[in-house]
Amino acid sequence: MTAILETKNLSKHFGGLHATNGIDLSIESGELRCLIGPNGAGKSTLFKLILGSYPPSSGEILFNGENITKLLPCRRIEKGISIKFQVPGIFEDLPVAQNLLIALQHRMSKPRSQTELERLMTLLDLQSARTKRAGDLSHGQKQWLEIGMAIALAPSLLLLDEPTAGMSPEETFKTGELVMQLNQQGMTVLVIEHDMAFVRQIAQKVTVLHFGKIFVEGSLQEIVNNEDVARIYLGKV
Amino acid sequence: MASWFARLNGPQTLGNGRGFWLGFVAVLLLLVVLPFFADEYLVNNIGYFFIWVFMAMGLSLLWGYTGILSFGQTAFFGIAGYTYGVITLNYGAAYGLTFAALLLAVALAALVAWIIGYFMFYGGIRDVFVGIVTLSITLVLETFMAQTAGPEWVIGTARLNGFNGMSGMPPLTIPWPGEDEIFLEGRYLFWFLVALVVLLYLALRMLVNSRFGNVMVAIRENPSRVEMLGYDIRRYQLIVFVIGGALAGLSGVLYTTWGTYITPSAMGLTAAALPIVWTAAGGRKDITATLVATVFLVWLSQILAVKGSQYALVLMGLILLVAVMLAPDGFVVTLAKKIAQLKGRNTQPPSNRSETKLAESPPPP
Repeated sequence: MTAILETKNLSKHFGGLHATNGIDLSIESGELRCLIGPNGAGKSTLFKLILGSYPPSSGEILFNGENITKLLPCRRIEKGISIKFQVPGIFEDLPVAQNLLIALQHRMSKPRSQTELERLMTLLDLQSARTKRAGDLSHGQKQWLEIGMAIALAPSLLLLDEPTAGMSPEETFKTGELVMQLNQQGMTVLVIEHDMAFVRQIAQKVTVLHFGKIFVEGSLQEIVNNEDVARIYLGKV
Repeated sequence: MASWFARLNGPQTLGNGRGFWLGFVAVLLLLVVLPFFADEYLVNNIGYFFIWVFMAMGLSLLWGYTGILSFGQTAFFGIAGYTYGVITLNYGAAYGLTFAALLLAVALAALVAWIIGYFMFYGGIRDVFVGIVTLSITLVLETFMAQTAGPEWVIGTARLNGFNGMSGMPPLTIPWPGEDEIFLEGRYLFWFLVALVVLLYLALRMLVNSRFGNVMVAIRENPSRVEMLGYDIRRYQLIVFVIGGALAGLSGVLYTTWGTYITPSAMGLTAAALPIVWTAAGGRKDITATLVATVFLVWLSQILAVKGSQYALVLMGLILLVAVMLAPDGFVVTLAKKIAQLKGRNTQPPSNRSETKLAESPPPP
């Protein structure tokens, strides 16, 4: 197995705050990894560093063995990384179908994007909402549309920042099915999630972040049974 | 070719139906025959209204479609106007040189827009700060030109003339076999302006309904999302800014040829604010709405000014205020939506319309 994503001693300091502090993370190609940790652990900062929204204070990021630490965000996306933001970043004033087309048109011709659009609409269960203004969708549908825009890029590494936030249990379950399906098709997925039911549903391997560092890493079972993890969530460490 | 024409209609423009285009052709025909039965004063005047449309459409492209609020389109207007003056006062109007001067002036405005835009967008200036930077630039230019009264401020034989501005430049000319040249004045200038407005209006409709236009409106909605879809948004913003600058420059040249003068106040605060009013009042997110509102409001300002009223500008301010409060999408767009509603179809705003059409035929590459 080869690592699709590696971070080496990756740190981001905001003044005295060490949002991430020397993170060495390695994600294998084809993996479905969950990233958990209490609020302020540095999960979202880590995503932003991977995407290039911030420059790191130190350390480097390798994608498929290539150092991408200094690349612009859009160049990283072109290399095959894609993100679903925590707060849906959909184009609220545009119709659903156009949202997806904008994501698709960058990498494919008109007829292909049309076929792909239909596939995504069905996959995301948005067929009935295609002409609706994206801002008028339900919260769960907005999350799906955002996921759809992220997977429209056919990334080799998909980053999902709290994909099920605000979803009903049923919607959460469906999202889990979708994520696992994408992973089985060969997409490497890295998920930040708070909802432990969702983590249990999808996770193979879990990394726990705490105070900007990797606290512990292991299989889902190991993490669930780890008393220290339970304690940091309760604020005792 | 056919796919180009298909882009005349699309999700980013109002008026995609047969009714709209019939009306469009009717208005166009009326304008073409107008000089044969209207008096010269009226024809000249309507031509004058059209002069401003280019700058306004450029601002609609920038602000309404791409979310870049430039408060200083008049900078490019002035740069191109003065450039036209300097070139033609030095080299005259023979051999169609005025057209070369027009193109050079517009090119210079575009070049300046490129330089300013490059530093703004690649330097990470966003949102309201674009407005502040562009407004500062136009005000600096106004102040600078206003102090060029002395004889030392001369380019070739063209005096810049400080606050009084330049005057006496020749109108546009076309070289004509048998004669020296045809002066584009009166009805000829009018037809020329009508042709330019139509040409650029249609070209911009194609642009905003293209894939490029899709990215423009996406940047307006959420720039960071667009970036995370792999687009280098700075490049798109820069291109739109250059187009906007060139269009403002075109207005500047035409204004200079129309009145054969240009003064620094063309780049002043009042002048800079007016395109914002026209664009906001009509509906910045639609090129047609902007065009209609600009012609109407310039006409209204002129009527008030001719009647000796000093309140034209106050009224423009009031119109902006009312538009922002009552019709944030603009009066023309709101009206168009109401009409569509009454007709019982397509009740959504311009950016949301024709989704079915969109789904059937997405903008071609």
